[in-house]
Amino acid sequence: MNIDLTIAIIITMVGASTPLLLAALGELVVEKSGVLNLGVEGMMLVGAVVGFAVTYITGNPWIGILAAAFAGSAASLIFAFLTLSLSANQVATGLALTIFGSGFSALFGQPFTGKPIALFKSIFPDSLTDHPILRVFFDYSPLVYFSLFMVFAVWWFLQKTRAGLILRAVGENDHSAHSIGYSVIKVRYGAVAFGGAMAGIGGACFPLILTPQWVEGLTGGRGWIALALVVFSAWKPTRLLAGAYLFGLIATMELYAKAAGGSFRIIPSELWASLPYLATIIVLVLISLRHKGNSSAPACLGKPFISSN
Amino acid sequence: MGKHHQKKRRQIMRFQLEKKPEPSKKMLFATPILAVLLTMVLGAIVFSILGYDGLGAVREIFLTPIMNSLKWQDLAVKAAPLIIIGVGLSIGYRANVWNIGAEGQYIVGGLAATGVALFTHDMSGWWLLPLMGLAGMAGGMAWVFIPALLRTKLNVNEILTSLMLTYVAIQLLNFLIFGPWKSPTAYGQPQTVLFNADQILPYIIPGTIVQAGAPIAVFIAIMAWLIMSRSVFGFQVKTVGSAPNAARYGGFSTNKTIWLVLLISGGLAGFAGMLEVAGPFNRMVPSFPAGYGFTAIIVAFLGRLHPIGVLIAGIVLAITFVGGEVAQTTIGLPNAAVGLFQAMMLFLLLAGDVLVRYNIKRVRRA
Amino acid sequence: MKLINRRNALKIGGAAAVLPLIGTKAFAQKEKVKAAFVLIGTPDDNGWNYGHDLGRQEMITALGADRVETTVVTNVAEGPDSERVFRELAQQGHDIIFGTSFGYGDAMLKVAKQFPDVKFEWATGYKTASNLSIYNARFHEGRSVLGTISGMMSKTGIGAYIGSFPIPEVVMGINAFHLAARKANPDFITKVVYVDSWFDPAKEADAARALIDQGVDVITQHTDGPAALQVAEERGIVGGFGQGADMSAFAPKAHLTSIIDIWSPYYIKAVKSLLDGNWKEGSSWEGLAGGEVVIGKYNEKIPADVVAAAEAVRTGIIDGSVHPFAGPITDNKGTLRVEAGDVIDDGEFWGVDWYAQGVEA
Repeated sequence: MNIDLTIAIIITMVGASTPLLLAALGELVVEKSGVLNLGVEGMMLVGAVVGFAVTYITGNPWIGILAAAFAGSAASLIFAFLTLSLSANQVATGLALTIFGSGFSALFGQPFTGKPIALFKSIFPDSLTDHPILRVFFDYSPLVYFSLFMVFAVWWFLQKTRAGLILRAVGENDHSAHSIGYSVIKVRYGAVAFGGAMAGIGGACFPLILTPQWVEGLTGGRGWIALALVVFSAWKPTRLLAGAYLFGLIATMELYAKAAGGSFRIIPSELWASLPYLATIIVLVLISLRHKGNSSAPACLGKPFISSN
Repeated sequence: MGKHHQKKRRQIMRFQLEKKPEPSKKMLFATPILAVLLTMVLGAIVFSILGYDGLGAVREIFLTPIMNSLKWQDLAVKAAPLIIIGVGLSIGYRANVWNIGAEGQYIVGGLAATGVALFTHDMSGWWLLPLMGLAGMAGGMAWVFIPALLRTKLNVNEILTSLMLTYVAIQLLNFLIFGPWKSPTAYGQPQTVLFNADQILPYIIPGTIVQAGAPIAVFIAIMAWLIMSRSVFGFQVKTVGSAPNAARYGGFSTNKTIWLVLLISGGLAGFAGMLEVAGPFNRMVPSFPAGYGFTAIIVAFLGRLHPIGVLIAGIVLAITFVGGEVAQTTIGLPNAAVGLFQAMMLFLLLAGDVLVRYNIKRVRRA
Repeated sequence: MKLINRRNALKIGGAAAVLPLIGTKAFAQKEKVKAAFVLIGTPDDNGWNYGHDLGRQEMITALGADRVETTVVTNVAEGPDSERVFRELAQQGHDIIFGTSFGYGDAMLKVAKQFPDVKFEWATGYKTASNLSIYNARFHEGRSVLGTISGMMSKTGIGAYIGSFPIPEVVMGINAFHLAARKANPDFITKVVYVDSWFDPAKEADAARALIDQGVDVITQHTDGPAALQVAEERGIVGGFGQGADMSAFAPKAHLTSIIDIWSPYYIKAVKSLLDGNWKEGSSWEGLAGGEVVIGKYNEKIPADVVAAAEAVRTGIIDGSVHPFAGPITDNKGTLRVEAGDVIDDGEFWGVDWYAQGVEA
């Protein structure tokens, strides 16, 4: 495989991985605070349709992304209100959010199908984006750089700031955090809203980076992969980056292998398509083996917090 | 209700949730009904604002399937798999075991039954269907085996493992019907041959399309109710779910319970898969994964994790599906609306749930 | 309107007199027809469903809204859900129901038995019944035209075909495209990628990128939607083609031409036959000649000689002088499949499970 092809694969892979990375980063923060939001796919769809629609109307992808973040956040707040203020079951509420996002995006997107928008391309000059070698660093949409920045930002927030410490405490031992005086509910609201915004932006990557159109169900189930990614990463942002790119690589390699033809086709394509999911299970097993049966998940993940308990 | 804002001290009215000593039985029954009614009202309003015939939408989705006797058979056919899978899931959820991969287990159950049907295609006899049924159950159980193993041995969260395997199941389905199981007489289209007459579920109400799946669903719901309410196993499941420490004290093995409830839910989902492929479908096709495994999760919750509740909830959800199609043909309501209605119903139910388990107290904090 | 002479008038009069005795079955003329269309997706998919819905609208325009009223049901999944929808539509008194997906067949056949007075039309089907007809379009004829253009315009000599799953009409579409391209360029290679999903635009886009990175400069796809075409535009390759509809809005530079599904001739014929009272069980498979497959506008950047060659193929297929699958054809494993002078006829079409030489699938 020559340099050109390698670079091409890398660029395509990064594009495929970015929506996963963004949505998973958001969910990682949410889960670190002790909440399990299964509604990622729904929020991504909401972000995708709103991002597309606003970009189409205003012609400005930056505003589109902002709108997508806002919409994703708003959707997540339904979930937050039900699970945090009303202590509803998180699994059921998350699934309901997915169904809601699916229906809402289909309905909202109907007037926008069949309309093209421009791809949200790199802001670097052509000399860099077209350069045969350097383009591997520069030929990306701003969303890609944003996602990489967010990996660092999330890591830094969780590990190096007081607010991050509180969030982690809330996720590991909510009652202790409460007794020290931190509002568990408020922290979790913030986390969920952040997760919603990230999922929204991740969803917007589809029409803005990958395929500049809107159709129902554009995200194709990637939200579920993002959920898998969070667990795959053992709730560590740096591992999340590696995992997201690994998943993106598998998906991309499947297509390049098919396009190359020949001996690659011995592997049935259904096996290729199963790889990310099987890989997640394998990693889950490996992590658990390492921790000798103690899951590295935040201890309070999925449990509702009632201060009077 | 008045709030006094004083200069130096603000008295803030807050709402706090206080767990009720006993879940309110009144609310337990009232909230699902309230949720459905509220959904009808809200839905009518929202869709009217969007420019559709809001009242008509509600009427067609919720009322027409009940009132139009021609639709009852459709409700039975649609509700049956939802109920069977939902009952299995509800047992697990009671034990705090979250099988989210019922769709995958349903698919593999259907595949297992198909495999038996293809293998015995040239044979006949009354024993074919029961054999396929057993195969379906075994298939579903096999597919939940890994999540069960990983949960009990390594404490790996079963939500994700079961979910991941669902996608693998879809790929397995594609592999089989595009490859070794493809019918030689279907012009190369991806589907298996039609099952033979002994491999198709009988119609049990002449003149209708209701097959054996419907009464089996009712039977399963009733059996599950009896078991959950009267047997030691039922008590064990509920205890492990709500008070795992007490359960251990009482000698109930959490791991054994986890295995049992997962195998039950997997087996029932797989069995539902067999009933569907031998019933309405009569062959395995790419569109076999209809999402029943996920819809059944809603059914389980809407039914309050109680087998009879699940029975009713399955019918309610079937009503929304059937009604949604009617609404499409009569008033042109877009298909996406059905999903929105279902999500609304679930949201409202979950919101109303709070009234069951908690008292809302007004608390003053200086 | 036919001229009614005395002989006809007697016949018609006689038949009309008998009508009340035999009931209003297949011979009755209708004042207004209620037609239903069952779609597997939504009309805004820019492809398959859009084409059918467009055909429906054109039919209403042609026949007049006072003579035909239509119902459309979207997102109907194959299997028992579709059976329910077909039955509901029949119960509601529709006279003719169009099911636009292969997977609806089982359901349609079942419901057709229960409602002998309702006519059913199964798109891409393979079995008929006394009240169920099948209809299809020869998309592969359109592919021959696209292949001609590709063979002549491709600079790398490598084209690509993106499909969802390897079903027969996709396989034949590939073969038609490739064989036509090879007439212009005997060394043309067609790379095939199946995305293994009925719908995943992001994956199609990535497939297009992968193919372009491997030297492809002309792309065509069998999937709905412009995802691959947009990548062609973005990468500035020689071009791509619209599928099912004119997609030049999505890719003004890359969009060379398109295959457009025109279902209205068939829909008009079917509904009109009901209006006239002479609907018959049948099997329709029209293509360029019947106007069901239409080649869209040629992009201005296509050189005149290429357009001429493409038109020659198109008109040749229409008048029968050109056959999309004329021998000799060797498959990509080296076996001679079709002798010189022979063709793959309609019956053999559905059994083809091989690719022509030069196809990398």
